[in-house]
Order: sequence, then structure tokens, then C-alpha cells
Amino acid sequence: MRKKLNTIEEGTILLSGNEAVARGAWEYGVHFASAYPGTPSTEILETIAEEYDEIDAQWAPNEKVGLEVVAGASFAGARVLSAMKHVGLNVAADPLFTLSYIGATGGIVIVSADDPGMHSSQNEQDNRLMGKAAKVVILEPSDSQEAKDMVGEGLRISEDFDTPVLLRLTTRICHSKSMVKVGPRKEVPVKGYVADIKKRVPIPAHARAMHSRVEQRLEDISAWGSECSLNRIEEGDTSLGIITGGISYQYVKEVSPEASVLKIGISNPLPWNLIEKFINMVDRIVFIEENDPYLEENIKARFLIQADGKNIIPIEGELNPEIVRKAVHPGTTREITFSEIKLPARPPALCAGCPHRGAFYCLSKLGGSSTGDIGCYTLGLMPPHNALETTVCMGASIGVLAGIEKAVGREGMGKLVAAIGESTFVHSGITGLIDMVYNGNTGTVMIMDNSLTAMTGGQENPTTGKNLRGEPAPVLDLEKMVAACGVKHIRVVDPHDLTEMEKVFKEEMDREELSVIITRRPCIMAYKPIRKGIAVVDSEKCISCRLCMKLGCPAITWDGEKPEISRHLCWPDCDMCVQVCPVDAISKDMGGLT
Amino acid sequence: MKSVTNVIICGTGGQGILLASEIMCAAALLAGNDVKKSEVHGMSQRGGSVSSHVRFGDKINSPLVEKGCADLILSMEKMESLRWSHYLAPHGKLVACDLAITPMTVNTGHAEYPDVNAIIEKENLPVTLIPAVEIAEELGNLRVVNVVLIGAVSPHLPIDEVHWKKAIEERVPPKALEVNLEAFRKGRELFGN
Ligand SMILES: Cc1ncc(C[n+]2csc(CCOP(=O)(O)OP(=O)(O)O)c2C)c(N)n1
Ligand code: SF4
Ligand code: SF4
Repeated sequence: MRKKLNTIEEGTILLSGNEAVARGAWEYGVHFASAYPGTPSTEILETIAEEYDEIDAQWAPNEKVGLEVVAGASFAGARVLSAMKHVGLNVAADPLFTLSYIGATGGIVIVSADDPGMHSSQNEQDNRLMGKAAKVVILEPSDSQEAKDMVGEGLRISEDFDTPVLLRLTTRICHSKSMVKVGPRKEVPVKGYVADIKKRVPIPAHARAMHSRVEQRLEDISAWGSECSLNRIEEGDTSLGIITGGISYQYVKEVSPEASVLKIGISNPLPWNLIEKFINMVDRIVFIEENDPYLEENIKARFLIQADGKNIIPIEGELNPEIVRKAVHPGTTREITFSEIKLPARPPALCAGCPHRGAFYCLSKLGGSSTGDIGCYTLGLMPPHNALETTVCMGASIGVLAGIEKAVGREGMGKLVAAIGESTFVHSGITGLIDMVYNGNTGTVMIMDNSLTAMTGGQENPTTGKNLRGEPAPVLDLEKMVAACGVKHIRVVDPHDLTEMEKVFKEEMDREELSVIITRRPCIMAYKPIRKGIAVVDSEKCISCRLCMKLGCPAITWDGEKPEISRHLCWPDCDMCVQVCPVDAISKDMGGLT
Repeated sequence: MKSVTNVIICGTGGQGILLASEIMCAAALLAGNDVKKSEVHGMSQRGGSVSSHVRFGDKINSPLVEKGCADLILSMEKMESLRWSHYLAPHGKLVACDLAITPMTVNTGHAEYPDVNAIIEKENLPVTLIPAVEIAEELGNLRVVNVVLIGAVSPHLPIDEVHWKKAIEERVPPKALEVNLEAFRKGRELFGN
């Protein structure tokens, strides 16, 4: 068995970027951390909670609150860290942009985990642009070692220059493992809270002075950055000079080990002096960066140079060594011996036993659909359910439903309901519901309460009764909360009870008033199943009607004539296919449990 | 010996791909290599395709394997092995579990599960299929399928047997250690030539 990581005080270990950030937080004396989960950032806080007891870590209801509580802890002189996925920074943008003016008392590191390639995200935004707009320092590591080191550098820069620091990771950094040299924790005392109104109350009179300090700070850090080791020139063949940073640096080293490289570790403010030196040193310049031409546009605008960049490197998607090789050394691509084979896609599906399946099955059966939100239940859009039609951002299902009703009236809205998970509802759905009540909407909102933030791997949230460390916590009462918003009709239903679920949908869709349906049953990751047995098909009785296939359960496959049920996949605490079969051909077998 | 070994481990969500790649990295590390690995979590957890790239050797830069460069592909599912076959180097080997898991696109009638054996023959792919599920069932624990497969590929990688065993010890809970070591041994003995 593995040792807990806070018992390892020295050595070299294999860590993911996320684990390395957690390690950095521990080594460099972070006292307090808060985050809302979001792939690919989630394991940062999970690792802190599991491995590093010395740091007080907690889940926030959303990213804005996560950043605000760490801001407060910083005001009181603690070293702090907040983490989020890239779109989380949109939610936290309001505190971020003004925190930039206020600065940091205890060091503030904010992790933004961007997702080039959109492995698990709804957009591909490049948060270097956000960090620059907020006028905060941006650090970009290119492996786990740098991810750890940059937490320490970030805290130091934050305190020395009085600024929040954005540590920008990408999926490939977060979820790649590489060697990290580790050390012991250095305790840093909490300075204590001292009121400082001029520093922390940005009324216009104060804010103008704050803004001047911000501009000066950017100039100072740019000058300092040209001298410090976070930005560096690796001199090689001067006929080709590559400007790069983050994971792209690794691809450059892989395919162009001979080239001269300017590795940018501080992406904002850029180290102008060092960049000028590099430009004068090499004959040809190529920018290699994922997604937006951030380095390219800024550096070209400043020095008016000719260089290759987005004309040869794609703006969309993730980079990889092949793409970089093709762009920089055309004609040297690797030979491919075996051709690529066209295969059926294997998209994700709701698990066997998933509580959401019952709700989407019934909605679909009634010819209904939903304005959707973000979570496992987004998979309700897939066949066979086809019961989710919009997704914008977390919480938007409710506002979108309300807007559709405003545009086309209740009639035009048809059988649409809003579908939103309980974690998402608490994150940013409740304000949409308040809007619906306040402005006289009549639609139906379905809160899909599976007692877990499931999509991101299964985290606790304010409704689950546990905190990040798995300790008991007060339970947020959804029914009371919804009632307090002014909703008069609230129905709670077990989505695996298909008869009841269908009835509730029908009644609430017919109702000419606003209603909330709470579908309540835990995610299969949230509990150990009660053993109701495994579903088996009696092929004598089966009439091949394919009704069971409409559940879209991954445990049920069609062998050409009859259904087959995998006893390894079937969830013991589910009997939806038994309910659906019109001729009782499916039953639960209590024997043969594995 | 060349200085970098490239491996891709693939399959579907929930098959223990991450544990298999953890064990491989730990073994490579014990054998004195620089190691990098990369995978993508997230949506892939709900039964979607999952893959992990593992690279080890003297010095590793990119955590990703390039097309046409994989020395070994280890697949926990038959069809998934084909998804990555163009990554194989000319001398590369592909070892796959002889198990078909039907994707939802096939269940809903939007696609057909391919005849994997016919494709292997047509494309002349260097594939070894292994009945790892049956072996794991014999051992009485379905969760060791991935370790049977690790055992099967272990002799094809430049890592000594002691390091593999130590890596398994480090990675699995003590009460499951015996059955995992047995699974490794079975895989290595039966298919490791
Ligand atoms: C602003 C923002 N933060 C975080 C995420 C990542 N994320 C996607 S879905 C989700 C929560 C899902 O939980 P819940 O609503 O309870 O649905 P479930 O997955 O449990 O069905 C999170 C945190 C995101 N997409 N956007
Ligand atoms: S993880 Fe939970 S909520 Fe998500 S699909 Fe599986 S059972 Fe459903
Ligand atoms: S009981 Fe039926 S619907 Fe439920 S998990 Fe098992 S096979 Fe799927």
C-alpha cells in the first residue's frame, strides 16, 4: 500500500499536474483552499483533502464563492489557493477583476484548468485572455515539476507584488504524470487580519489609485520577469527560434531538440526585454501555442515582426507532437505502417442503474423533452431518449426555459421542462428559479437530485450531508429552498418508479402554474446497492418487442432477436426493465450474484 | 536498446485502464527510467472510450505517443484495440482482451459492431487475443482482468519481473495482493512468449 503523501518529505515521485499543484500548496505553506469541482481541475482539492491534513480545504457551492472565501482568508494574511475549470473562471470573474485591484495580503494562487480539445467541456476558451483582461499575473507550467514549483513562485510573486496569480493549466498538464522532486512543508505564519479601507474598499476614489498601482505592477513584473528563471532562452541553432510555453514546450523539445527556444513561464505580463533579446538572436521565429494566438498577437503587436504562428498551427483543438512536427519540419512526419480503421463511436452513456434514466425514459415516452444543463443528465440528449435540447452553461436550463415561454407562450413551449442536477441547481440554478417565480412563468423545473456531483467523478455538495473530507455536514433542504422561492407546487418522486414518474410529469405539464419536480434517488457511485438481484430474460416469454431497449441501459444488448442482459453490468438495486416489459419476460434473479 | 518505449493502454470506461497504466509506470520507474503518462478523464468514465499513453526511457519530453511509434498497444476490449492500431510502429505488438463490449451506438441501432477478427486478418495486424476474462473468472475475481493482461505484455517490455511484482504490491490493497500476483503470473506464463 501507498504511504500518505504528507509523510514523504523528500525524494522524486510520479505525480499528475493536479497532484503536483496540491503538493506545491502543501510545501509552500498554503493554509486554506476552496474550489468547486470541474474537469480537469477536480483532483487538486481532492488530493489536498486526502493527503495533506495541514491545509484546510473545502468545496464551495460555486467558483465565485470559492474565490471570495480565499480572498477573505488572504485579507487575513493566510496563503490560499482556489481551483476551477476554465469556465469556472467566468463564474468567478466578478471577484477576480476587482481582487486584481485589491491585491493580496497572504499569497493568492488561482488555478484555471483549461481544456483545449474539449475533452469534457462545452467550449475551448483560452484563459490567458481572461488573465490579461483582469491584469493579473499568469504562470504556465509545462510539466508536473513546474506545476509544483510555480505554486511556490506564484505565492511569492503574489505577496511581493501584491497581486493575485493565475496558474493556468491545461488538460494535458492536469492529467499527465511526470517526475517531481519533493520537499518538506515550510510553515508560513498567518499574518492576521488588519483593516485597510484604502486597500480593500474600491469606491471610485480608492479604485483610481488602485488602478495606477496595477499598471505599475505590470511594468515591474515584466522587467523582473526578464531576469527570473521562469522565462528562459534555451540557445540552440539560431536559424530557427521557437516561442512557446505550457505543454507545447514539450512537443517542441520532442520534435525540434536543436532549435533555439524562448520558453515563456510568465504569460502575463510578458517579459519584453527577454523577448527582444531572443528576436534579435534568431533568424526565423515560429510561435507554437495551443488555441488562441496569445503570444503571437501580443509579441507581433509590440515588435512588429514577421513570424509564423497560427498560419501553420491550428487554433482549434489540442496540439500534439505530430501537428508540431508537420508545421515546423514539413516532410519529416513519421511513417504509418497500419492504416486508421473506421469504427463505431463509443460515446459515454448513463450507467446501468442510473437514477436519471427513469426520468428521461418517461419524458421521452410522453413525447416531452427538456432545456438541459450540465451534468451526467446531459446524456439525456442521446438516443434512445433524445430528451434534452439545449445546454448553455451551468444553471442556464431554467433561464432558457423561462425565455422560451416569454417568446412563444405556454402553448409554444410544448412539453419542454427544465432538467437540472441538484449540484448545478445550488451552483447557479436557484437564481433562474427566482426569476421564473418573480416574472410569472408557468413551466416545470425538474431538479434531478442524485445526492452527488456525479459528472466530475462523484463529489459531495451542500445537499449530500458530507463535506470535502467526508465528514458530516448540514444538509441543504431543497424542498424548503424551492418553497422559499415562492414555488407552490413541489413534487418529490423516485425516478425508478416509472408509473409514478410518468404520472407526475403528466400532471405537472398540464398544470398552468409553475412547478418543481424533484427526482430523488442516489447515483450508483453514492451507495452500496441493496441486493435485489440481477435481471434475467426468459426468452420463451419474450416477444421481441424491443421496449426494454428504449431504456438505453448499457447492461441490455440486442442479440438480433432477443435482449441479453450482462450480469456484470446490471445494477442490483434497479428493476426498470422488469417494469417496462409488457409480458413479464424479465425478472430479477437472486442467485448467481457475483 | 533504444532509449524510449511507447505504450498505449486502451479500452472502455470502468475497465481498470488507469490502474494498469499506474502499475506499468511504477514498474518502469523501479527499473530506473524517466516516465511520463497521459490520459483524459471526464466524460470517458460513463463507459466511453478511454486511453492512456505511457512513455519511458532515458529522458521523456512529450507525454503523448506519436502515430506510427507505439511499441505496444494493450487493449482491454477487442474493438478498441483497432481504434489505436495506426499508432503501432512497424515492429509493434498489439495485445487485446478477447472481450466485446457493445457501445450504445450499436444498442440503439445507429451502428454495427465490426467483425474484429476479419479486420485483424485483412489489415495484417500483429494482434494476440487473450481470454483474460475467463482467466480472471477462474481466479474468482473479475477485477484482475487488467492485471492478467499486464502479465501477458510484461515480457515484451524492457522491465524485469521483480519490478512488475513490486509495482503491483505498491498499487493494490493488501487483501487483493495475492490474487493480483497470481493473475500477473498466469498472464505472463500463458501468453508472455
Ligand atoms: C462553471 C462550471 N463549473 C464546473 C463545471 C463542471 N461540471 C460539469 S457538470 C457539474 C456538476 C454536475 O452535478 P449535478 O448537477 O448534481 O449533476 P450529476 O452529474 O450529479 O447528474 C460540474 C461541476 C462546469 N461545466 N461549469
Ligand atoms: S455516475 Fe451516477 S449520475 Fe452519472 S450516469 Fe452514472 S449513475 Fe448516473
Ligand atoms: S435492472 Fe434492467 S434496466 Fe436496471 S440495470 Fe439491470 S438491466 Fe439495466
